[in-house]
Amino acid sequence: MRITRTRAATAIAVAAVLGLSACGGGGSSSDKKDSQGGSASEFNAAYGQTYKPSSTKGGIVKLGQAGDWADSVDPGDTYYGYSWDFLRTYARSLVMFRPAPGKASAELVPDLAEDLGKPSKDAKTWTYKIRKGVKFEDGTTVTAKDVKYAVERSFDKRVLANGPAYFDTLLAWPKGYQGPYKTPNMNTDSAISTPDDYTIVFHLTSPFAGFDYLAQLPQTAPVPQAKDTGAKYKEHVVSSGPYMWDTYQAGKKYTLKRNPQWDPATDPNRKALPDGYEVTLNMNPDDVDNQVISGDIDVDIQGTGVQPAALSRVLGDPKLKARADNPLSARLNYTYIISTVKPLDNIECRKAIEYAMDRTSYQNAYGGPFAGGELATNLLPPVIPGYKKVDLYPSPGSKGDPAKAKESLQKCGHPDGFETNIAYRAERPKEKATAEAFQQALAKVGIKLTLRPYPLATYTSETCGLPPFVVKNKLGLCVYSWGADWNDGYGFLSQIVDSRTIRVTGGAANMAVRIPEVDKMLDNAVAELDQGKREADWAAIDKRVMEEAEIYPGIFAKSLLVRPLHATNVFVNEAFGYYDYLAMGAK
Amino acid sequence: MFAYLVRRLIATVGLLIVVSIITFSIFFLIPRWAGASADTLASRYVGRTATAATVHATAERLGFTDPVYVQYGRWAKGVVVGEDYDMGASVVHCPAPCLGFSFARQEPVLPDLIDRAPVTFSLAIGAAVIWVIMGVSVGVLSALRRGSFFDRLAMTVALAGVSLPIFWTGLIALTFFSYKWGLTAVGGAYTPITENPGRWAYDLLLPWITLAFLFSAQYARLTRAGMLETMGEDYIRTARAKGLRERTVVVKHGLRGALTPLLTIFGLDFGLLIGGAVLTESAFGLNGLGKYAVDGIHANDLPKILGVTLVAALFVVIANLVVDLLYAVVDPRVRNK
Repeated sequence: MRITRTRAATAIAVAAVLGLSACGGGGSSSDKKDSQGGSASEFNAAYGQTYKPSSTKGGIVKLGQAGDWADSVDPGDTYYGYSWDFLRTYARSLVMFRPAPGKASAELVPDLAEDLGKPSKDAKTWTYKIRKGVKFEDGTTVTAKDVKYAVERSFDKRVLANGPAYFDTLLAWPKGYQGPYKTPNMNTDSAISTPDDYTIVFHLTSPFAGFDYLAQLPQTAPVPQAKDTGAKYKEHVVSSGPYMWDTYQAGKKYTLKRNPQWDPATDPNRKALPDGYEVTLNMNPDDVDNQVISGDIDVDIQGTGVQPAALSRVLGDPKLKARADNPLSARLNYTYIISTVKPLDNIECRKAIEYAMDRTSYQNAYGGPFAGGELATNLLPPVIPGYKKVDLYPSPGSKGDPAKAKESLQKCGHPDGFETNIAYRAERPKEKATAEAFQQALAKVGIKLTLRPYPLATYTSETCGLPPFVVKNKLGLCVYSWGADWNDGYGFLSQIVDSRTIRVTGGAANMAVRIPEVDKMLDNAVAELDQGKREADWAAIDKRVMEEAEIYPGIFAKSLLVRPLHATNVFVNEAFGYYDYLAMGAK
Repeated sequence: MFAYLVRRLIATVGLLIVVSIITFSIFFLIPRWAGASADTLASRYVGRTATAATVHATAERLGFTDPVYVQYGRWAKGVVVGEDYDMGASVVHCPAPCLGFSFARQEPVLPDLIDRAPVTFSLAIGAAVIWVIMGVSVGVLSALRRGSFFDRLAMTVALAGVSLPIFWTGLIALTFFSYKWGLTAVGGAYTPITENPGRWAYDLLLPWITLAFLFSAQYARLTRAGMLETMGEDYIRTARAKGLRERTVVVKHGLRGALTPLLTIFGLDFGLLIGGAVLTESAFGLNGLGKYAVDGIHANDLPKILGVTLVAALFVVIANLVVDLLYAVVDPRVRNK
């Protein structure tokens, strides 16, 4: 019943979208040059430019969230984009993405550091100078040791399990190191050294040319060791930013107030307009949309777009549509074609799927061009620097090419097709619709797919992400989705195309791509200090994976966001794909 | 009576043990039978780029590497004598009855349950008052005016009430009463009764009415059926023959007889609601026990699920015990036995 209703709502939304798009309301405005923006309420008014620019201070920015906070507000223990967006209000990492609209938001700028990192010639050592005069909320000065301790504590995933593991694997930690809680007296200068209070040096095991992207991770936000309470630190994160924690009511409400110790002279990136922030948790998803529309709250903090119920309402009402933004994010909705499952070990059988699938039906399954996204023919999303469109399996109108598919089937020794299974996350109607779209499109060339829904919570750990399970249950295709850890080729590709991330015990996002050549290309790219060449490397990896036909790219995700009724200085930060909460004002 | 109470309380403890074993088994044994390893289970609680070593360390921290009976024993010991949890920089003692530590959040479950219980209690009690008054009144009137326009209208509305899912009626009610007309509080609003009783009632009015709409409908139909049966009994005819006033006949003799089955249902319904009005709390964004259980299910967080399951079981048992005792008050025939 629930699924039927959702699908009906989606169908209405799609119909509305198709009808409205014919009237010419869409189009990305991320390329708009006018980053000054204005106050005219129109579609995409806060995408590529600032809506209601303001420097007026005061008021409270109110945010709402459907469900509980996804992981943690501890900068060392979080992996969600909206969490990273929000925590910039109370935590300062070494480097940050510029809080600005349009392409400028892809630029890394120093935050707690005075400048971007200075690499050694081999890109294995990176040095940062910390700004002087930055203070924690208790008035103590932030030093390099606080940054070092913050990175060290994030190493202990027993205690802080949620954060990224890049520092764990890339830094030259001493043998047997288990983090400052378990091995408090171990010298870690081999990984991070602090020659003086304002210099921090990272020592890597292998070259990593894009280390500034790691330095922008929240894990580099300073933590005073004396105030660290381990897993309980999230209940009172010690602020180094313009706001500090006022109340932390788990699962209910968070409030931030101004940090009197914050000195704007040390912080060129933050305007700190509102007097505070208020986050209401565990709201009903549809109710979040209703309250944003009514103005009771300013923003849906998760930034993934409105629910199907509000989608048709927003697109169908010109006044509401004028309050909407439709940004493209660094997320790809795609399907793995798994070569460990016969007959997909044969590349021609995989190519048959690439040719046979109707890409427009993939788009419709996700809600059309507004709610779903743009058609994708390769892996790297357009918002990632170095993006280059590749279309190795073209078809008329992107609707699939049965003739080409038949040719491939002939070459793979299954001229009449074959049978396999397609898995998807049972709780996600859009993924089910995608699986059905595959089923219908592939049936035209004789490939018979059986739908296999699996629980969302264990999809990566126990079903599609568990290699023996995939083989045993003959899961030839797994519907999936991936968003960049940060907007560069490594941040997007490394976890989904590097075969070395695949674990026999499950849990890896890479469910299919096993190309040794790609692993080598990745290693070469991360060592390339020339940014232009490095970006070309990512595009080459993208093309190489597509040649092996182990991924079917569906759509680059877009979301339909409703702009706040009362807030000022509103723009989409493309580093996150939704509104910049740090820059927003309340008056 | 005392011996009866002691027997029931012992049975309650036994029931709670059985419920905890079943919940534990569903969570741990079934995945194990399906081939999941300790590391596979631990993968649920780590970040998306976690290394194999991280996953294994998490499996050890959560105790997944131990046999399931050892894990259950550890949890049960925590309930009786408390448990210490390593938080990295400190060790936190969770005093008895420690209902476990959230896998995903690394927080003790019991304080969360205590924190959220008032929301669920407020919701359940307020709604119960409305639905009992509404349901029983409408049911009695419908029975007395059988076949009338009122009876037909009331039973049609009741049918709608039973048929419409609460997550739908909840959202519709919020859209119109809160956002369109501004008559009631917005979703997620809750003020503790100790802070401001007026605001407490205002915030909960819409959830109460929405929840009561569903239950009133059921109770109206049940009351009507019970009253129709009771009013046809010989003792009602005798009461009328004795010259008693119709009001006395209906309320003292008719309704009293019809109340017994209603009381049984009420005990179950109310007990279950105290254990968490999952759909209502989700629809209105109220952070009660039901919402807590839903969060636990989404996050595969057994201690949360286990905690709410036990609380729900406890309240169902207590509510039934109270109902059994009330039988004697309501129905003289039970007292005589």
